Amino acid sequence: MQALRENLGLTGTHVGCDTSSCGACTVLLDGVSVKSCTMFAVQAAGSAVTTIEGIGTQAELHPMQEAFWTQHGLQCGFCTPGMIMAAIDLIARNPDPSEDEIRLGIEGNICRCTGYENIVKAVTVAAAAVRGA
Amino acid sequence: MIPAAFNYIRARDVADAIRLLEKHGDDAKLLAGGHSLIPMMKLRLAAPSTIIDIGAIPNLAGIQHANGRFTLGALTRHAALAASDELRAFAPILAQSANELGDPQVRNRGTVGGSCAHGDPSADYPAVMLALDATFVLTNGKGTREVGADDFFVGMLETALDPLDVLTAVGFADAPHSAYTKFHHPASGYAVVGAAVNLMLSGDRITAARVALAGTGDFAFRSLAVEHALAGIAVDDAAALDAACAGAAAGIDARSDTFASAEYRTALADVYVRRAVAKALQPR
Repeated sequence: MQALRENLGLTGTHVGCDTSSCGACTVLLDGVSVKSCTMFAVQAAGSAVTTIEGIGTQAELHPMQEAFWTQHGLQCGFCTPGMIMAAIDLIARNPDPSEDEIRLGIEGNICRCTGYENIVKAVTVAAAAVRGA
Repeated sequence: MIPAAFNYIRARDVADAIRLLEKHGDDAKLLAGGHSLIPMMKLRLAAPSTIIDIGAIPNLAGIQHANGRFTLGALTRHAALAASDELRAFAPILAQSANELGDPQVRNRGTVGGSCAHGDPSADYPAVMLALDATFVLTNGKGTREVGADDFFVGMLETALDPLDVLTAVGFADAPHSAYTKFHHPASGYAVVGAAVNLMLSGDRITAARVALAGTGDFAFRSLAVEHALAGIAVDDAAALDAACAGAAAGIDARSDTFASAEYRTALADVYVRRAVAKALQPR
């Protein structure tokens, strides 16, 4: 996490609890969600790391980003990058998740603002978009 | 939070890891998934001078199932165990405990070997391995030996592992009537109390049981009184099952902290053992 933010200047990945609980630091390691606060940068040698900066583009948002926007899945936005990265892995493993499965699937990410309602809606909408529904 | 400075070396294989442990002595630690060790290093509760990363060693992860026995590579991630249909069918206690451990991101990194080797009192697997009567495979420069779960977990954060040992695998027999359930700490998800139950049935009667508790004492322990009491009970005799599960933590100095007192954990132990027994008896 420190390497991403301070050495690479990729500050989209946030420092939340720094103790493996809140998920604000979530990135993808070889496509799989991990908490970057609980990995040494050297452990990633030879692997691909994807941060929120690597998702979508200015011109075309990733469906998960689009859904968080249209479904108002954020307020302060602090949990959002980690939430989006975790949700991307969630729908990659489970392309048509139920509400319960989404709530369990984001258990590693804490949001203090939204009460999760619109986050769950956003993930549902994104999953449908990715399925092409 | 920043760990104290350390040297980092990647081990190529188990022999290399052993050689590195021998070379760097007591102040070296193996690193697998890192979700017990790294948080401790960040708080400087642990400050090894050398970290030997075994996370990339090939063939140290995997789930094998043959002749009614499972062998899990020590590096197998919790996510893989939770997703295993084979485990869910033949040893559900392990698939359940893996699935309830931490959260999705933690499960993507943490390993069964790492968790067992660490021996956190609030971890789930030690109690599960006791219930499964599992066997741990340890290797060092002098050779390989096996240690049964009953002899493996000996104290708080203390196992039968010597500083020069590498835990490579854990094995256990099929456990079709087994279950794990726990009271999740609402912040950390760790077991305030976790109950691991493995029942042997004959017809509609329990013939034997292995019952173990996580989070309750300084290290995972078996409830021998409950095990004896469960033997011979009919699976649909709810009242007898209730009675058998009482006093699950009797005689143990239960842990006490800001979240749960010793009295509360002792009471929870009975409740969760009873729930785990019911879960183990559910038709699947």
